[in-house]
Amino acid sequence: MGAGHSHKLYRHGHSPVHALPAHCKIAAVFAFVLIVVSTPREAVWAFGLYAVLLAAVTVAARLPAGFVLKRLLIEVPFVAFALLMPFVAEGPRLHVLGMSLSESGLWGAWNILAKGTLGVAASVLLAATTELRNLLLGLQRLKMPPLLVQIASFMIRYGDVITDEMRRMRIARVSRGFEARGVRHWGVLAKSAGALFIRSYERGERVHLAMVSRGYAGTVPVTDEVTADRAQWTSAAALPLAALAVCLLGWTL
Amino acid sequence: MHVPDGFINAPVSVATGAVAAAAVAVSLRGARRELGGDGLGGERTAPLAGLVAAFIFAVQMLNFPVAAGTSGHLLGGALAAILVGPYTGVLCVSVVLLMQGVLFADGGLTALGVNITDMAITTTVVAYLLFRGLVKVLPRKRRSITVASFVSALVSVPAAALVFTLIYALGGTADVSTGKVLTAMVGVHVLIGIGEAAITALTVGAVIAVRPDLVYGARGLSKPLELKVAPVAVPAAPGAPRTEPAAAAAPAAASEAAEAEPKSPAPAAAPRSTKRVWLAGVAAALVCAGGISYYASASPDGLEKVAHDQGIDKQEKDHAAKDSPLADYSVKDITDARLSGGLAGVIGVGATLAVGSGVFFVVRRRRDTDPAVTDERTPERV
Repeated sequence: MGAGHSHKLYRHGHSPVHALPAHCKIAAVFAFVLIVVSTPREAVWAFGLYAVLLAAVTVAARLPAGFVLKRLLIEVPFVAFALLMPFVAEGPRLHVLGMSLSESGLWGAWNILAKGTLGVAASVLLAATTELRNLLLGLQRLKMPPLLVQIASFMIRYGDVITDEMRRMRIARVSRGFEARGVRHWGVLAKSAGALFIRSYERGERVHLAMVSRGYAGTVPVTDEVTADRAQWTSAAALPLAALAVCLLGWTL
Repeated sequence: MHVPDGFINAPVSVATGAVAAAAVAVSLRGARRELGGDGLGGERTAPLAGLVAAFIFAVQMLNFPVAAGTSGHLLGGALAAILVGPYTGVLCVSVVLLMQGVLFADGGLTALGVNITDMAITTTVVAYLLFRGLVKVLPRKRRSITVASFVSALVSVPAAALVFTLIYALGGTADVSTGKVLTAMVGVHVLIGIGEAAITALTVGAVIAVRPDLVYGARGLSKPLELKVAPVAVPAAPGAPRTEPAAAAAPAAASEAAEAEPKSPAPAAAPRSTKRVWLAGVAAALVCAGGISYYASASPDGLEKVAHDQGIDKQEKDHAAKDSPLADYSVKDITDARLSGGLAGVIGVGATLAVGSGVFFVVRRRRDTDPAVTDERTPERV
């Protein structure tokens, strides 16, 4: 794969999940996460079933399990926070291994861990099976304002450029013997940030002029309109519908 | 801090989502006006706001080392509001949060509304309102822009923590009391806010030194440039060989003047600033000791607690000064706990200061009288 044309979270493939239109997938993931969040935390088995559902999607998308698990690591800060919770929460205490833990705190930690992990896993699956451009077009088809989609696409498109610019400035600083060690060096770093802002803004002005000279008048034409037929919607809806069934079971049992 | 899924319950998530959507819709209109400028129309919005969002995304990765291996990074709400205006600021930070949520799974999808309400809207709006107010009050100088951005960034971060606590009180799923969350969040975020304020003020200062026209918050502050030609051009005109040096000298003088302006405060400020820093330090110490110490935890501090738990302090003898009038950080014969603690703190600060300065002055006088030391010191002092 050529660099720069796909984000590193995307994994190229030809599975049925990759083939689904982006807006179906976004809607399905969003509905799924909302259902997961509204499931009662006492229904522990329901979260197990959700995990099985996501595992099924992973298999259908032919993604290696290691890839998805590695991407889940982004969750680590929340895990640390959740682990703290049994110690600070109120309510009746339990004594496990000589530690005094709050019962409701344990439930709270479980709640955040389970729902947070499932949410992260769902977004990881979405990002891994959908190309960036399609993701943005999918958001536009889901009635997100076109201007917002354009801003987001410019941000993604130039995010790497600006990050690279920052990296070059860092190399320039380092090669002149600068090493930031403490608060005293913030002035230099902040000046770099200021210069980065000026460069970004001026690049924006140049990009705008280049676009205007190519006939841009406020909208980017969509050349490949993707429409979803009934079968695609049905297969995308399989995940949230199954989750909804689990959720309803969780409330009634 | 990005809120994950499941931290806030579903109804409140949906409600904050509606708030965020409404705010973004309003910002889309406002950003056209802010970035349009000069009758160019709204089509400038997308590339400029997109690049500013990319900048915020990048600058959040710039690490500012604090001390001993820890480092912080900018959140960017206040910076965006001051540099590009409040509407564009809300828009850019929201887009960054949206992309972080959808692409990098950083922050939950259902918590997107919470994250935008708290990190994009609150920081930007609070920072901008405060900034505008301060700029109106302070004298119309560049330095007041820096001061105003410092204060507004300082307040914006705890304000976001406050809004988060409010959302948590409405729909938090964890069973931690709101008071505890408030204390922890606001406490931590006051510290973060100090770093944010310093970085924001320095960055705004750096931009304003180079391109003051780009700083939205400083618009209307700089006078329009005037063309001054007459006095320089006349003497240079007659002699052909003299034209070149005169013409060269004029820009050189101009650039010198331009350079001297930002540079001049640094050397001039040095002798003044020590006194100011000193006074500010004393004031802060007195406020902490006298006022805030009352709110400090009454339970024994970490070391004392460990000592108590391990039974170390059984062998501990009472301190020789336990009958002193200031024992256990309170003044004898004053029953009001707040007054007593505060007074003891103030007296303590005063005594520490007196002893410290005394030692310092003695050491300095001795070094000054000692001829060998004086000789060494003179080049340094000049």
